[in-house]
Amino acid sequence: MPEPEVINVTVNGQRLSVPAGTVAASAVARAGLVGFRAPVRGGPARGPLCGMGICFECRIMINGQPQVRSCQVICREGMELRTDDLANA
Amino acid sequence: MISPMPECDLLVVGAGPAGVAAATVAAERGRAVLLLDDTPWLGGQIWRGEQQKPTNAQAQTWLNRLARSGVRIIGEARMVGLEGPGRYVIETPDHHWTIQPKALVLATGARELFLPFPGWTLPGILGAGGLQTLVKTGWPIEGQRVVVAGSGPLLLAVAAGLKKAGANVVGLFEQASPASLARFGTQLIAHPDKIGQAFGLRRQLAGVPYKLGWWPVRAEGVNQVERLVLTSGRQTLTVDCDAVACGFGLVPSLELPTLLGCLLDGEAVAVDAGQQTSVQGIFAAGELTGIGGNDKALVEGQVASLTAIGEHAAVFPLHRSRNGWRNFARALGKTFKPRPELLKLAEPQTIVCRCEDVTYSQLSGYTSWRDAKLQTRCGMGPCQGRICGAATRQLFGWGMESVRPPVLAARVASLIPSDERI
Repeated sequence: MPEPEVINVTVNGQRLSVPAGTVAASAVARAGLVGFRAPVRGGPARGPLCGMGICFECRIMINGQPQVRSCQVICREGMELRTDDLANA
Repeated sequence: MISPMPECDLLVVGAGPAGVAAATVAAERGRAVLLLDDTPWLGGQIWRGEQQKPTNAQAQTWLNRLARSGVRIIGEARMVGLEGPGRYVIETPDHHWTIQPKALVLATGARELFLPFPGWTLPGILGAGGLQTLVKTGWPIEGQRVVVAGSGPLLLAVAAGLKKAGANVVGLFEQASPASLARFGTQLIAHPDKIGQAFGLRRQLAGVPYKLGWWPVRAEGVNQVERLVLTSGRQTLTVDCDAVACGFGLVPSLELPTLLGCLLDGEAVAVDAGQQTSVQGIFAAGELTGIGGNDKALVEGQVASLTAIGEHAAVFPLHRSRNGWRNFARALGKTFKPRPELLKLAEPQTIVCRCEDVTYSQLSGYTSWRDAKLQTRCGMGPCQGRICGAATRQLFGWGMESVRPPVLAARVASLIPSDERI
């Protein structure tokens, strides 16, 4: 069966379609968000840095699991991405 | 559940060019080979996306050979530690195993060196390779104004890739001086294909301002980067932008070899002519032994693997090429070494450890990495010093004294010895 070309996810509850092969970090950026996680001592939210799973700056909640490196997760149909959950802060 | 204990002739950690070459040549000679990678993809960072969208003939050749060779591949798998000599603990999202291979090839590659400067924690400032990697997996870059800055040949490739993806590359700034690059250019005579590559990239970048001997000093913006200030030491320049791709070269990912007791030679793993490390039966190949790119990685991977499985006659013809790429790596390191000014960019309030938000002023006064960790929590967050460790090595001269298992945050179940698991 051929892979679907578009994947539907939600980012903070908003529906978003992304090309197949898009990683969760890219989906968050496509939703227009720049901040991914709150720094431990306050200040502006952080976004991805290394893009390869090393820096942990792109951590978000994915399908209810907090602290997931969004640059290492390929979007799947129905995936729920959240940057606004306090449990992830 | 007691996990099975796969036995194999060769275990290869890392599926970039070095690991792919190592695994392939051993499997092609009938050996049982297990290849692990931390990501769900094959090809490492440099060949990222080649499985989905083929663009690189060399990558395709090797990935096809790998697919035909009979190597057993496990993605999203990390080696987290060892359970006695030669018994390695492997973890995937759902399982863990203890594996006892006859030989081990480490090909864990490299990551970007980030040097802190004021504003570098603003969203929109990514590594050069980091942004390139994300763009290959859907990051929206079309129409964005991007500054590419830092050091190393990667910058050219990144700028060309971003431009092709529709970004408006508003400037490319290399910190190495024109004189240093001219010297490097003359050494490239030994590697004519590299000269061709460089000219090809420059052609693709026609119309993009390209400055040598310039480096970033400060990024500004409220919730994300809005502009980058750069200097040549004499002049300064402010460039408005939506994103910055900034990396100061690559550093080998040494955690695993260090944990396994492999001795280092400077900032790389020390190896002999057969790519064997100081530990019998453990080999290292690719960026781990010195940053030199995928051609060096491919030949070293083959040398490591063929030596490990005892096919010495097949290794001999590869020595000349391997030694050539090693010289290339040395020249590369010398040419693109960060200039001293880059080590003075951080201001007292500049964050150095991004996980624990430890500032430059909090770190000054400590004499070692261990001291600073204990007193400030620098390097103790989720990334375990993978970003600030390399930075503080440059800024303060601190070395990584020891690595203790698990190498990365691991599940408790993976850490229980296999004979005690229920």
